[in-house]
Amino acid sequence: MSRSPGAIARFVASRLASVLLTLFGATVLLFLMVRLVPGDFASVMLGPRATPALRAQIVHEMGLDRNVVEQLWLFVSRAVTGNFGQDVISHRPILDIVLEVIPNTLALAFSALALALVAGIPLGVVAALRPGSWIDTILALLSISFITTPTLVVSIILFLIFAIGLHWLPVAGAGDAGSPLDQLRHLILPSIAMALGWVGYISRLVRASLLDTLTELHVRTLRAYGVSELRIVGIFALKLALVPVVSILGIGLGDLIGSSVVVEIIFARPGIGSLIFNSIAQRNYPVVQAAVIFIVAFYIIANLVVDLINAMLDPRIGKSLTARDG
Amino acid sequence: MKALVGTLRRICSERDGRLGLLFSVVVVLFALVGPLVSPSPNAIDVKARFEPPSVTHLFGTDNIGRDLMARTSAGTRYALVLAVTIVLISSIVGSLIGISAGVLGGWYDRAVTAIFDIINAFPPLILAFALIALYGTGPVTFILLITVVFIPQFGRMARARAQALRSQSFIEAERLLAVHPVTIALRHFLPNVAGPVIVLASMNLPVVITFEASLSFLGFGVQPPKSSLGTLIKDGFVSINQSWWPTVSAAIVLAIATLGATLLGEALRRVIDPKTTGVR
Repeated sequence: MSRSPGAIARFVASRLASVLLTLFGATVLLFLMVRLVPGDFASVMLGPRATPALRAQIVHEMGLDRNVVEQLWLFVSRAVTGNFGQDVISHRPILDIVLEVIPNTLALAFSALALALVAGIPLGVVAALRPGSWIDTILALLSISFITTPTLVVSIILFLIFAIGLHWLPVAGAGDAGSPLDQLRHLILPSIAMALGWVGYISRLVRASLLDTLTELHVRTLRAYGVSELRIVGIFALKLALVPVVSILGIGLGDLIGSSVVVEIIFARPGIGSLIFNSIAQRNYPVVQAAVIFIVAFYIIANLVVDLINAMLDPRIGKSLTARDG
Repeated sequence: MKALVGTLRRICSERDGRLGLLFSVVVVLFALVGPLVSPSPNAIDVKARFEPPSVTHLFGTDNIGRDLMARTSAGTRYALVLAVTIVLISSIVGSLIGISAGVLGGWYDRAVTAIFDIINAFPPLILAFALIALYGTGPVTFILLITVVFIPQFGRMARARAQALRSQSFIEAERLLAVHPVTIALRHFLPNVAGPVIVLASMNLPVVITFEASLSFLGFGVQPPKSSLGTLIKDGFVSINQSWWPTVSAAIVLAIATLGATLLGEALRRVIDPKTTGVR
């Protein structure tokens, strides 16, 4: 492990630079996407709401009377400082609207991820300990059906059984703001719906990488020294086997945030997904832009963090990265 | 033909492959045969609203008495056609862009990679959702916009393969013999990229089916009078308090379709390209 602090710093700096570039590119793409919508932008956006005063406000706020390059500069420079303008419908700062719903979606995504890890890792370990046994076969079939069943279908089935059929859990909303217990109850069904696919995925991943690790030389050495199987699996092998799990967590979070649109609509939860959905339905494009930028930024940063953790966890990755870098 | 039979035989030699093939065939047959055994998907019978499954209506009826089996079959057919078209176009376009970037290199390669990176910075479903909401929902627009979301995956893979191939000595030799670059690309790069692209395409098929269903469920995919699995789930969900059957029957067909396509895709990967690891 010949990783000097300088090399690590260089690695972090270069990853950070590429992350900022990508984020900038995504912001430009989003600007172009919205601006290239056919028709006069202010009329498209306002639709039947258009009054001369509102039109003038939009034209002024978004700089529609200037050329495209100036508009882009205005958009990006404001976005950097978190200024996304004022919402024409509610007359509130767009940033406030987005920040208000983000905690709901983050709570949903992180509880789904936690659920996926808590259920997926033990299932994977159990399957790997008895490869080829009936329990391994059942777990394999179970995890592949978890993975392939679309979140949409899982949400609807959970909704039908537990909310409408059995009345065990609430049907809609995020819960009473003052009551954490109520919020938790509202979180159960949507987070299971989002997590299920990842339970299957993580358990398969853990099974495969644990099986790999268990055939490695150092594990054989440990066995030869008479170290108990429990210690080998639980302490030595699992640690290595979890490296690939960490490396997919970034994609996992992005995937979860992406599916939040569907889940939040079905369970009528406020969040960034339902905000995007409602804003699109109202053609409130500035809000859509701001919300999507937040999602993209979160997705990119999550992947960066995962990359860095990964580089630290697995000496091989760290070495190759710093070698490529320095 | 011989290769196809060989591939099929190897897919059938393992449990997951057999299951995947079975489910996929069942779903395709259901999509094709539905119209033959069931009345028209749009025939309305107001007296028979929300009927549970029976001999005349195997899947029951919806809110205006339309036969759900016929509708689900037609919806499955439409969803499959859309998904296969999207995967076909994005794999072909993506491979061509990827190969050209890998072969040509330079600023073109850098630009293509940067664009791929930017597209990949968006969670795919969110990008698809935003594109469709902004640019419309007709079938052609729908196909083209979803294609944009999936092109980078194919492009990146084809590019990596092409780069690895570029420095091989037999390519160098042809280049020195002044063989036209397009000929080299067609003769060597395309066949070498084809295997992994077919695998990636088959593994993306269930993802695209899910995308279509999710977007149609949100009201931004297939528009009436056409129906897909997603629109059927949505229509059923709206009247879920009167009858849960419409939503559940379409949801089950969707789940079987994605299960079959995934198992088949993974089996195909193990047969064609065993070195690559599975993707979700």
